[in-house]
Amino acid sequence: MTKTRSPIRSNVGLKAVMAVTGILLVLFLIAHMLGNLKVFTGETSFDHYAHWLRDIGKPLLPGVWFLWILRTVLVVAVVAHIWAATVLALRARAARPVKYAHRKKVRGSYAARTMRWGGVIILLFVIYHLLDLTTGTLNPVGTEGKPYGNVVADFAPERWYVTLFYTLAIVTLGFHLRHGAFSAFRSLGQQTPRGERRARNAALVFAVVLCAGYLVVPFAVLTGLVS
Amino acid sequence: MELFTEGDPIADTKAPAGPIEKRWETRRFEAKLVNPANRRKMTVIVVGTGLAGGSAAATLAEQGYHVKSYCYQDSPRRAHSIAAQGGINAAKNYRNDGDSVHRLFYDTVKGGDFRSRESNVHRLAEVSVNIIDQCVAQGVPFAREYGGLLDTRSFGGAQVQRTFYARGQTGQQLLLGAYQALERQIGLGNVEMNARHEMLELVIVDGKARGIVVRDLVTGEISTEMADAVVLASGGYGNVFYLSTNAKGCNVTATWRAHRKGAYFANPCYTQIHPTCIPVSGDHQSKLTLMSESLRNDGRVWVPKNKGDDRNPRDIPEDERDYYLERIYPSFGNLVPRDIASRAAKNVCDEGRGVGPTKLGVYLDFADAIDRLGRKAIEAKYGNLFEMYERITGEDPYEVPMRIYPAVHYTMGGLWVDYDLQSSIPGLFVIGEANFSDHGANRLGASALMQGLADGYFVLPTTIANYLASGPLDKVDASHPAAVEARTDVEDRIQRLLAVNGDRTVDSFHRELGQIMWEHCGMERSEAGLRKAIGEIRDLRDAFWQRVKVSGTGEELNQSLEKAGRVADFFELAELMCIDALHREESCGGHFRAEHQTPDGEAQRDDEKFAYVAAWEFTATGEPSVLHKEDLKFEYVHPTQRSYK
Amino acid sequence: MNLTLRIWRQKGPEDKGRMVTYPVNDVSPDMSFLEMLDVLNERLILDGEDPVAFDHDCREGICGMCGLMINGDAHGPQRGTTACQLHMRQFTDGETIDIEPWRASAFPVIKDLVVNRGAFDKIIAAGGYITAPTGSAPEAHSTPVAKANADAAFESAACIGCGACVAACPNGSGMLFTAAKLTQLSLLPQGQPERYTRVIGMVDAHDEAGFGGCTNAGECTVVCPKGIPLNTIGRLNRDYLAATTKGAGNTPGS
Repeated sequence: MTKTRSPIRSNVGLKAVMAVTGILLVLFLIAHMLGNLKVFTGETSFDHYAHWLRDIGKPLLPGVWFLWILRTVLVVAVVAHIWAATVLALRARAARPVKYAHRKKVRGSYAARTMRWGGVIILLFVIYHLLDLTTGTLNPVGTEGKPYGNVVADFAPERWYVTLFYTLAIVTLGFHLRHGAFSAFRSLGQQTPRGERRARNAALVFAVVLCAGYLVVPFAVLTGLVS
Repeated sequence: MELFTEGDPIADTKAPAGPIEKRWETRRFEAKLVNPANRRKMTVIVVGTGLAGGSAAATLAEQGYHVKSYCYQDSPRRAHSIAAQGGINAAKNYRNDGDSVHRLFYDTVKGGDFRSRESNVHRLAEVSVNIIDQCVAQGVPFAREYGGLLDTRSFGGAQVQRTFYARGQTGQQLLLGAYQALERQIGLGNVEMNARHEMLELVIVDGKARGIVVRDLVTGEISTEMADAVVLASGGYGNVFYLSTNAKGCNVTATWRAHRKGAYFANPCYTQIHPTCIPVSGDHQSKLTLMSESLRNDGRVWVPKNKGDDRNPRDIPEDERDYYLERIYPSFGNLVPRDIASRAAKNVCDEGRGVGPTKLGVYLDFADAIDRLGRKAIEAKYGNLFEMYERITGEDPYEVPMRIYPAVHYTMGGLWVDYDLQSSIPGLFVIGEANFSDHGANRLGASALMQGLADGYFVLPTTIANYLASGPLDKVDASHPAAVEARTDVEDRIQRLLAVNGDRTVDSFHRELGQIMWEHCGMERSEAGLRKAIGEIRDLRDAFWQRVKVSGTGEELNQSLEKAGRVADFFELAELMCIDALHREESCGGHFRAEHQTPDGEAQRDDEKFAYVAAWEFTATGEPSVLHKEDLKFEYVHPTQRSYK
Repeated sequence: MNLTLRIWRQKGPEDKGRMVTYPVNDVSPDMSFLEMLDVLNERLILDGEDPVAFDHDCREGICGMCGLMINGDAHGPQRGTTACQLHMRQFTDGETIDIEPWRASAFPVIKDLVVNRGAFDKIIAAGGYITAPTGSAPEAHSTPVAKANADAAFESAACIGCGACVAACPNGSGMLFTAAKLTQLSLLPQGQPERYTRVIGMVDAHDEAGFGGCTNAGECTVVCPKGIPLNTIGRLNRDYLAATTKGAGNTPGS
């Protein structure tokens, strides 16, 4: 058989790209969540941790190099993830030019059917999130170097809509991960029925834990546990 | 008017003389060969893509011939061989239980009630072992033992375990093996595949089969396809009965058109009725579903002792039940051969003791087996069959006994062929169920798959070479007058069907034809019934051509036009079947004449007068056919009365 | 029972197509779904209308020729059942039933409910076989196959090629079909020599035919009348990645 195109552009190859980039992003999410939880150790400790992030790699790497390397990897992963998803979505659309007149409720997994719109919501949230807590542009305080204060100001009770948006985004992320984590294993060749059950359960537990880990911070601020 | 006239006897001139176990080897050695370089220049048409046609097309292409393949379905993978459940016989003797080529040969000749050709059957038994090797190499997932070797079982009352199987889907798996080999050749450009094409006429040039006329079922386009030889693998004609276990599209048109062009039709009256089918549920019924014969291993067949006993079967006490197979055939019981079980069911229903809403059914009861082995064991063995039964009938066979009734399943008759599988028209080869072949008057279980693959993989590719090597044939194309005439005939016929524009649907005629055939040419035939049937068929055929309504045009996908053409041919075949059944004044295998039975109601053969193949020659529409007899000689298996008491 | 059918009517590939409503009365619950359509068609023919074209052949759930989207479900509401084996007792009196063809660009509509599934044949022709020309086979018992592998191979081989997986897939993907054949052949020792060329050939043919990619949504396995498991696609992915990442020189079978 002659290869007619690059394997990476095949439907299977694109899914592998999504799986690998997805796993990279998930690793970041875990680290990010653990960092967030440091908010419970108090303002000094949290701000100190935030500063430390900028210094990782010193003295081997100068200044904030590590941070920029990390950011580059993440951006590449996000772009590749979205590129692969877009190509697949366009192919899926082309594969069914005429829609069914009678559209059935989902018979497979709800999470699986909402991956694409979920992904878009998550992307919009990430942009907002960066403008809010990284650049500080949209933050009510936006003090550079004082993340603890920024977070507390962000989720203040009178700004309930921010918390609501944050919560929605995190729940969407949970759904995305619930299917995505399992799907990554499958796309990379997970092939036994028992492994499938395990991967699905692990993905569910992981999604719930991650959701909880992320939501506990804004709700702690909202309820005054962190102030 | 006479129904038929008798012509000269015919004989198979191709089988070599000598010891039977050497004949195939001799024939293969004596057959002429075609140089590989010349094979590329030769085209062979294969009609049908079932086990026989699919395997033949793939094999011929592998050998280097250019093959054009045709099927009416949307893909070659859908041919009705796919529905065979039970298994495939082969004389491997893996069980060390005394099987051998000779025993398979013997069983098949005897099972066919001594109406088949010894040379052919022996070859079939020889080749059977190669089939299993071939299919395993292709990746057919046969059932296996824990040691990794192939599992076999006993089937259809055979005393040896020679049946290889893939759960209840053996036909599917074997067909997909052949289909994949065929697709490989299509991918390599050696086979030109024409799905959704139906053969409507045979083209004969200078006495030789040189092509076919086909209709593209999607566009309606009629085209003439020429070749050096034509192979028909178009299956059987059970659908003449309207209701049968055949697929809806199965038809006789390809073979009947060839018959009208001079190919003899042999033993059309031999039809196999399968005893374990789900009964008809109403007038809307469009086909019958087979329940595997294996159910009779554990199920007990019974009807109430009293006529018109409408009680719930569970409320009928033991002593008011008649386990009639166990009563009449104590040594074989529920496992008597198909024809015997079928006729016994008919007899009890005729007595008014049938069960179910139509009273055409008998119980197949698993209560005892469930008590003895436990529900789990029954589920493991027959779970999928029970589910299928429940889907169709809405009844749970674990709680209520199944209802079964016989249905038309297979046709042993078909186009007459010699040892080379060549019909009476040179260059026209017929393989699989389409020929009259190797089963005599009755086919044994798990032998249909064996014959289809034997013909397609091993026999035809050898024998057709002998024919092709006698060439080269003159170059002819679709503009040859004979080809043009055939094509015009097809177009005229389509126009005639469309022009009637009457007031009855094709299906209504087909149903009525089926009822006539089932009533008079089904499980039991009589002279009076057959004569009546012949009259009714002729009247109905005339009515068909005056009153049928076919919608649409010929230039589109038109399923009602497709059906009309097929039913028109079934009418002609039906008449010949009745004439054949009428002339065969004996009972043998799938042909039971009420006038010819032993005092205790068993089939009575007449070897003195009827040990021959009845090969019918077509003369003209409405004119008597000519009967040619091929005498059958039995040198190795001596005819005996079958007894299962 | 009395029903209202809304059926997709499309004269030919060029026609745009539309849903048309037909009442059908006196339907017996013992009828199969296709027999109910037969009744409608006989009436349409006698009324001088064009009957509804639909594919069907064996009517016992094995040939794979029938395929209807019934109320948005491929092959209808009953699991593990083809449209021809679906019986009307699964519906209720007075119900409205929507009947549509399989919808996928790789399965263009020919007429009404009839589609062209030739793309499946092309996938098989691109590698869905074991090269074993007639006559070349070794003795069947020369290669034992572990029973577990033989059984798993059979489970995948049960695919009837009906296309319900494609019809139900939100991406119009034919991966379950492709993976079923691939899994059967790659589980057997006979299939090993071509294992990696096969997967590349079949996946390329699948993609070229215009099927979408799999997103592991799992709708296919739910509607599959033969219950082909979703994990076959994992095996396909694994074989494909192995075949394409090892480099041409190292790829076994290349």
